Amino acid sequence: MKMNLIRIYGLFLRHFYLITKSFPRILDLIYWPTIQITLWGFISNFFATYSTYYNNAVGIILTCAILYDFLFRTSIGFNMLFLEEIWSRNFTNLFISPMRISEIIASLVGTALIRALIGLVPAILLTSPLFGISILNLGINLFFLFLSLYLFGITLGILVSAGLLRFGPSFENIAWSTMFLIAPFGCIYYPIDILPDFFQQIAYSMPLVYVFEEARRILIDQTVITENIYKAFIINIVYLTAAISLFYYSFHQARKKGTLINIGE
Amino acid sequence: MTNLVEVKNLKKNYSSKEAVKNISFNIKENEILGLLGPNGSGKTTTIGMLLGLLKPSAGEIKIDNMNFEKNRIDILSKINFISPYIELPKKLTVKQNLTVYGKLYNIKNLNERIDYLTEKLRLEELLSRITGELSSGQKNRASLAKALINKPKVLFLDEPTASLDPEIGDFVRSFLETYKQENKISILLASHNMNEVNRLCKSVLMMKNGIIIDEGTPESLIDKHGRKNLEEVFLKLSRNENEFN
Repeated sequence: MKMNLIRIYGLFLRHFYLITKSFPRILDLIYWPTIQITLWGFISNFFATYSTYYNNAVGIILTCAILYDFLFRTSIGFNMLFLEEIWSRNFTNLFISPMRISEIIASLVGTALIRALIGLVPAILLTSPLFGISILNLGINLFFLFLSLYLFGITLGILVSAGLLRFGPSFENIAWSTMFLIAPFGCIYYPIDILPDFFQQIAYSMPLVYVFEEARRILIDQTVITENIYKAFIINIVYLTAAISLFYYSFHQARKKGTLINIGE
Repeated sequence: MTNLVEVKNLKKNYSSKEAVKNISFNIKENEILGLLGPNGSGKTTTIGMLLGLLKPSAGEIKIDNMNFEKNRIDILSKINFISPYIELPKKLTVKQNLTVYGKLYNIKNLNERIDYLTEKLRLEELLSRITGELSSGQKNRASLAKALINKPKVLFLDEPTASLDPEIGDFVRSFLETYKQENKISILLASHNMNEVNRLCKSVLMMKNGIIIDEGTPESLIDKHGRKNLEEVFLKLSRNENEFN
């Protein structure tokens, strides 16, 4: 598959200009993760003080909150980039340019990561002085956990954007609600045993449960089951491949049904 | 003269409606072809197919001797489009927008190209301004610069001077005439401004209900229908409800 790096950079540049030009936009990116993590920091302190389950590892909830927020920001970030083109009535200009679908996806995937990091890095830096917790306690595994969450975040972003392509702006509400729909099955703040059997089957079909169970295991037992990390990675690749295929399919359907024209104006 | 755009038996069906019914036409090199028709006649659908935003239900589009469906990306790098109904990102400056689109079209010597368009379209004072804060006329010139950033061989214009005051409208028309002459590009102009069509177009297609109901030079159409000007021809053809169904 041929991809042109200059075109990918061009679309990145469009969003980079947008973010760096506006202080409120940067503030918006930083504000929510910081509030979220500060809130979970205090909740985490409370549980660490009063719960026997958590008193061996003060930072479990907060670490999981940071990981979940990274997933959330990546997914929403991808959707936001796509929605931005619709809101600014620039959609037609983008789709009549010689950008391949693969180039659009590649550019948005990279830009979504940068957006997520802009929001999350200051929040992560806050956790150490405020709560005495460092996410780096997860060690080298932190990279693999983040990678898994990043892959799943962009997978969700691509799936929602495929819906936007196919069904137009009316799909926008779904864009905001996807993460909330998936969160209960992700076992972010609780072990999978809490879920009823049927929900556990659903949870095991997604990579999140492996990521968050591993994060807890590392912090509580200081052990790692690498098989779970591999499982999460493989499931991610399957979903990502399906999401990209669906995005292509939606693009072709949108060309057939005329959605691209209706979105563009 | 060679045909840069060849449209053969083009059709577009939506589930319950035939929007474009088997139309064929060509646009020659260095020609401006007018596309006229009342709202809902199939002009936008036709332009959508020529821009690759819509997949034809049947028929073939060739641009620069390449089949559109088989060479979509190559063709998109050779064409461009301007319409008052689509906009450049409002929060970016004009220069940033031109830079972004220059990259998307992978333009070599981009700064030189931007300088050229800046001079030709009198954009010097607009380059550092936020696009969303420009007047309609200024936005139009910025959009025109974007539409020409890739030195298109074929330019599609959808009501390019709608909402412009007469002076700016005249500037845009003069610019298009000169640019076409200097660069030998082909232009498809969809417009409701009959004076504009009369001035710019050597030939005209009249569409109604998804078909081409008449074509020719503006003069020949006026003669054929026994009217004083193109506007009256347009009104006659548009109002004749059943003749072309």
